[in-house]
Amino acid sequence: MSGGSGVTAAPAPTGVGTMTYREALRLAMRQELERDDRVFVMGEEVGLFDGSYKVTAGLLDEFGPDRVRDTPISEEGFVGAGVGAAMLGERPIVEVMTLNFLLVAMDQVVNHAAKVGAMFGGEVRCPLVIRTPNGAGNQLTAQHSQSFDGWFAGTPGLKVVAPATPADAKGLLKAAIRDDDPVLVIENLPIYKEKGEVDLDPELLTPIGRAAVAREGGDLTIVSHSFATVRALHVAEKIADAHGVSVEVIDLRSLRPLDVETVAASVAKTNRALCVEEGWPSYGVSAELAARIQHACFDDLDAPVERVGMAEVPLPYAKELELAAMPTEDRIERAALRVLDLAA
Amino acid sequence: MAVIDRTDAPYDLDAGDLYERYRMMFLIRRFEEAAERQYKAARIGGYCHLSSGQEAATVGAVAALEDEDLLVTGYRCHGFALARGVPPEAVMAELFGRAHGCAHGRGGSMHLLDVDRGYYGGWGIVGGQLPIATGMALSLVRRGAEQAVLCELGDGAVNMGAWHESLNLAAVWNLPVVFLVINNLYGMGTSVDRASAETDLFKRAGSYRMEGERVDGDDIEAMEAASTRLLKAAREERRPAVLEALTYRYRGHSVADAGLAYRSREEIEEHRREDPLVRTRALLEARGVPAEGFAAMEAEAEVEVENAVAFAEADAPPSVDRLAAGVYTPGSEEQFERMRPGSPFGEAELVFAGGLGR
Repeated sequence: MSGGSGVTAAPAPTGVGTMTYREALRLAMRQELERDDRVFVMGEEVGLFDGSYKVTAGLLDEFGPDRVRDTPISEEGFVGAGVGAAMLGERPIVEVMTLNFLLVAMDQVVNHAAKVGAMFGGEVRCPLVIRTPNGAGNQLTAQHSQSFDGWFAGTPGLKVVAPATPADAKGLLKAAIRDDDPVLVIENLPIYKEKGEVDLDPELLTPIGRAAVAREGGDLTIVSHSFATVRALHVAEKIADAHGVSVEVIDLRSLRPLDVETVAASVAKTNRALCVEEGWPSYGVSAELAARIQHACFDDLDAPVERVGMAEVPLPYAKELELAAMPTEDRIERAALRVLDLAA
Repeated sequence: MAVIDRTDAPYDLDAGDLYERYRMMFLIRRFEEAAERQYKAARIGGYCHLSSGQEAATVGAVAALEDEDLLVTGYRCHGFALARGVPPEAVMAELFGRAHGCAHGRGGSMHLLDVDRGYYGGWGIVGGQLPIATGMALSLVRRGAEQAVLCELGDGAVNMGAWHESLNLAAVWNLPVVFLVINNLYGMGTSVDRASAETDLFKRAGSYRMEGERVDGDDIEAMEAASTRLLKAAREERRPAVLEALTYRYRGHSVADAGLAYRSREEIEEHRREDPLVRTRALLEARGVPAEGFAAMEAEAEVEVENAVAFAEADAPPSVDRLAAGVYTPGSEEQFERMRPGSPFGEAELVFAGGLGR
């Protein structure tokens, strides 16, 4: 860090590219590393190894070991080091290999990062980004398949975003890096390979706290985030063809702040709501949404709010068992048809 | 890297400096006594951890800090705040939960802070401040600053994962941080020998190829000498270190603990006979500062504490309509404005602009 804001002038925008979600995240980091020398990346295997999931591939060569810092397997230590560095004005991007491993740093995230702003009365901020993927579906079993998005989203002092598209992966990660509060960016293992169009403009951010209407429709609202949005869009298309109903998909993008307004406007129009998430629904994101929707749309609802999430078991290994636990498109479709009163 | 027991190393402070250290130690002792009285009178709430008996360790370590150095501590922090120069009024007002408390009435006894003086808290989870101090040292290195971080912890923290992870990171990255272990022999009611397989805590530094020293923490000169030496090495050579200060806390773990379930009155009396204030006074007298010279200074410190209590009593509580100030950065209101409707508490109202300022 060389003093001052550390920000240098951004290069000119360069059009639109098709890339994977993984590449979009890398683009966001590269642009922000170029733009602001307070930004640095830190985590297990982010440098020499090119990233456990190759998100940071090539960044070490480009920016060197001070900007792309390999850490020991020591989540509590290096997440906490990110908090301390952020408190002095750095803008660390801490990669945690998966959300499951963030649990060993929970104290630093919830008891420390989330508290800095309030405890210091706004005198000290904590502009920390933690990037980590959630998700199941690769037979990774009980300890490596979890989505605790709701735990973090329920913590005042944190912001939590969970992009579902490459464009938002780039836009939300950049917004998170530029944000002065601690932001958890929840990525997703199966989404890393999804492709999409991304505007390369380094100044184009996705605003935090704004949901997207991922698909317009009039008969049912599916509310989802992260990989559940990918599933929801497939289901929406399928039941449009099979049943002639139009499904609106609201992609939350941010979990805290939560854009209840966009969700409520959609449900007021469709009168029916299905909340889908990759995590366990009890006490989860979908539970929060159901509460918000019944409060905001009590007189609009023509059916009870439904939820689909992970079966409430630790994830098993056998493919058949794992599949039975997942919020698959079949399960989402069946739930959608129930809410639509179209169930067989 | 050596691990050294320097409990007997000689060191001489200039009589003027020694006099200043004694004044601060005396002020802290009287402040803690006042805090205990105010707690028992229900003017102070929450937890309240007193440091009587630990004054030399506290004052000696803080005296070794340069103005630009940073200080991070655990929750037994009244003495550290005072030694760092936070006005007693601001500390007592914080204990009272008042608007002009040094943490704006947000922190209380455990979370004192003063950013202008480089004091970054006052943290309440055992060991939790260590990774943060380590990250601050990393930031100092990134900006090429010749500054150090002093990170205080208790003997109870050395069996936490955060301790091992922080020492390892500090050593593997050559960070300018000194971990000061205030070993008062008990983590709450569990004695060091019941908690730690290696009771020579400073030796743990050797596992991280880091300098580890132990000093008699009740010897103000030894304490300041060791702190000065290690902070200098951290600042100038980016050499992290562990400094173990052997001391004793006279009172219980907190004001709610009589402190007698796990140790005897005889043990406490034995330590009181080696009181750091008495020892420091003897050092001053040995340097020719006459005993009668202390009376006026002590009376002055007592008035300072009385004034702090009066200030805290008179100060207003923080404004309730600033309940959520600081939780999020100004500008976040826009991000949160769509969290309604259907909100249980109206987040947009709770995420208003700005911090509290000074």
